[in-house]
Amino acid sequence: FLLAFPSITLIRTVRFLPLFHVLISVKGPWIPVSLFLVYKIKTQMDEEIDTRKINNSFLRDHNYATEADIISTVEFNSTGELLATGDKGGRVVVFQREQESKNQPHRRGEYNVYSTFQSHEPEFDYLKSLEIEEKINKIRWLPQQNAAYFLLSTNDKTVKLWKVSERDKRPEGYNLKDEEGRIRDPTTITALRVPVLQPMDLMVEATPRRVFSNAHTYHINSISVNSDYETYMSTDDLRINLWNLEITNRSFNIVDIKPANMEMLTEVITAAEFQPSQCNTFVYSSSKGSIRLCDMRASALCDNHSKLFEEPEDPSNRSFFSEIISSISDVKFSHSGRYLMTRDYLTVKVWDLNMESKPLETYQVHDYLRSKLCSLYENDCIFDKFECVWNGSDSVIMTGSYNNFFRMFDRNTKRDVTLEASRENSKPRAILKPRKVCVGGKRRKDEISVDSLDFSKKILHSAWHPSENIIAVAATNNLYIFQDKVN
Amino acid sequence: MRYSYQRRTCAIARAKMFPKGTKRKFSDSREEPVAGGEDVNQSSLAAVRMLSSYSLQRQSLLDMSLIKLQLCHMLVEPNLCRSVLIANTVRQIQEEMTQDGTWQIMTQALSAANAAAQCSADRLVATEVLCRQTEAAQGEQVPKPFPVVGSEGCPAEEVLEEEEEAAAAEVGMTMSTVSPQAPTSYLPGTFGMDPCWEEEETGEDDDDDDEEEEEDSEECGSGSEGEERERDSLVEDTRTAEQVFGTFEIKNPAPSPDPALEELFSDVDASYYDLDTVLTGMQSVPKMGPYDLLESLSSHGPSPLSSSTSCRSDLNELDHIMEIIVGS
Repeated sequence: FLLAFPSITLIRTVRFLPLFHVLISVKGPWIPVSLFLVYKIKTQMDEEIDTRKINNSFLRDHNYATEADIISTVEFNSTGELLATGDKGGRVVVFQREQESKNQPHRRGEYNVYSTFQSHEPEFDYLKSLEIEEKINKIRWLPQQNAAYFLLSTNDKTVKLWKVSERDKRPEGYNLKDEEGRIRDPTTITALRVPVLQPMDLMVEATPRRVFSNAHTYHINSISVNSDYETYMSTDDLRINLWNLEITNRSFNIVDIKPANMEMLTEVITAAEFQPSQCNTFVYSSSKGSIRLCDMRASALCDNHSKLFEEPEDPSNRSFFSEIISSISDVKFSHSGRYLMTRDYLTVKVWDLNMESKPLETYQVHDYLRSKLCSLYENDCIFDKFECVWNGSDSVIMTGSYNNFFRMFDRNTKRDVTLEASRENSKPRAILKPRKVCVGGKRRKDEISVDSLDFSKKILHSAWHPSENIIAVAATNNLYIFQDKVN
Repeated sequence: MRYSYQRRTCAIARAKMFPKGTKRKFSDSREEPVAGGEDVNQSSLAAVRMLSSYSLQRQSLLDMSLIKLQLCHMLVEPNLCRSVLIANTVRQIQEEMTQDGTWQIMTQALSAANAAAQCSADRLVATEVLCRQTEAAQGEQVPKPFPVVGSEGCPAEEVLEEEEEAAAAEVGMTMSTVSPQAPTSYLPGTFGMDPCWEEEETGEDDDDDDEEEEEDSEECGSGSEGEERERDSLVEDTRTAEQVFGTFEIKNPAPSPDPALEELFSDVDASYYDLDTVLTGMQSVPKMGPYDLLESLSSHGPSPLSSSTSCRSDLNELDHIMEIIVGS
């Protein structure tokens, strides 16, 4: 699939809501890039919001009007019809896929803005003199059970359940108030009528249905919805809590790795996820590069793992940074539930749940950084947490890198490709090329040298449609959506 | 921006250590092959040079890590994972240095340096001011130590250096055959003494007095800077104590402190390093003095110098006495 260079044709430019500006939409054959939508959240538009944020920033004195637009999470829902993004400013933007119409079969469903809402606000903890960031760390969709959509969004401390629903009818013909809502004088009412539902312009509204708070001392890094559709878990640096979706004032602690003496702390939890088909099984990863699989049937507190996945260290590659680069930043079950994928700083690994001693496959994401670890430690890039995703059939895995590059690995053919998410490279009628980083002395024309990489442009968050070849890639404050078209 | 400050300070620390470019080859430097065909003397000299370069890099990494731990509260997003990873790195380096035997040398040199009453006050001034962190005042306060200490630090540094040489000679260094071309490494001193380092550095490049290379540049290890936001500890009390202490020191930056003060400080020894305070926040932190981080690391591993508890009680008294002095 890697040899097919997609062609890109300009379909249209669309100016959508005042908040968002769709610049170009293109499409072409797979793989990897065809449909290309860029949503750049305008920063100077929302004067009010910017001012409000500055006023709310008790302790930070810098203007983070643009920082608030940095996308911090991307997630498709279970059908792929909706795509949600969360940003540093606590906002959630939901995109919906257009229905494919028979009139224009060449245009596959594009994603348009469906709803925008402020999920979390900045808070201040007066007891500890700490500001609680409103940045959305994770969004997870609930499976759809009726016409409304539900999602969980979380910041560092609080998880919220949001209901996104459509309203296209409204009642008219009240007796006690008139069309504008003013109360009618009762003496003027001479007859009674039954209000009827009249169609109205489609309105999408988001309402918070549950707020799950005060359960985490440390920063929440993941949430995962259980396959029983009744419970979900939230994970912070040292603890994992199990919630019932209906109950907000109580949660159960199922993992606690906090040592009695905090001085002995050497390991934290970095991510956790439920197994997609077994509601009693979950895994959590640590900063020391190990993954633990736990069974909730074994005990109430799952401090003892059922399985421990850990690869012994390679003594030839040992350095002072070995532990840091082994820290796992993301863990994802395959759709089948049979495999586990983990992302550490330089590699992506696929594990078979039946084999704990070593991973099934290891893919090098950007091994050319191995000799730069000291500099990356100095500028803190070595602590960047990259995410990884499976495609719908678990045959391709994708993860991000620096310089707005992202990588895809085909597990079957063992081939890989590096692509770039940037507007400059995605002009209409342009051909998107795979990128290559050159390590040695001689640099070919299209290659980029390691020292020219922009480490401030990193792709940490991405998502893959559950059944089709559509990917969403977040590059700082831009969202890129790519899709294929099978000819 | 705070974050760029941290980067800049790391850069300053690193730039002084060894020529630009070597930092990138940290993991490669150990594999540097000694060229064959040279005579024995040259190859052993090269090996020593490589070894000392490794030590320098390790030292630089240690210092960088300590700075990061110290300044982690200045990040926009306090990050427990990051702090734990940095702390583990520091522990790892410390363990290796303990095995090498360089750790003992460094801490003994520290205690020798601390015995010099003239300098200790200055150092404690700088670090206490540096460590006194309030969120609102972070931007203003951190640069303060530079002008405060700079003028006094230099003569103190020279005194320190002599002391260290004496101490090092006494101890009998294993690394005495260090290459003469290795620049003088970190002299014990606070982070606030950076400007002085640079001056001394240029003057001593060709000198052969680099026996102090294992000595660590102490970074302010006071717990306030390492405090994690999610800790349950209250900040207010310790800040008060620190403010008292720090304010007093700023007002009296005299190089000739009164004898009572000197006597107090002379009891404080090298056991300052306390990683505990970084991870757990304020306990008896302001009384710990400047070099908290490394000592607690040594308390985890095999170390002869874990006298932190006795140090703490001493410093409790010290704090009490300081409050009396300020009160009067």
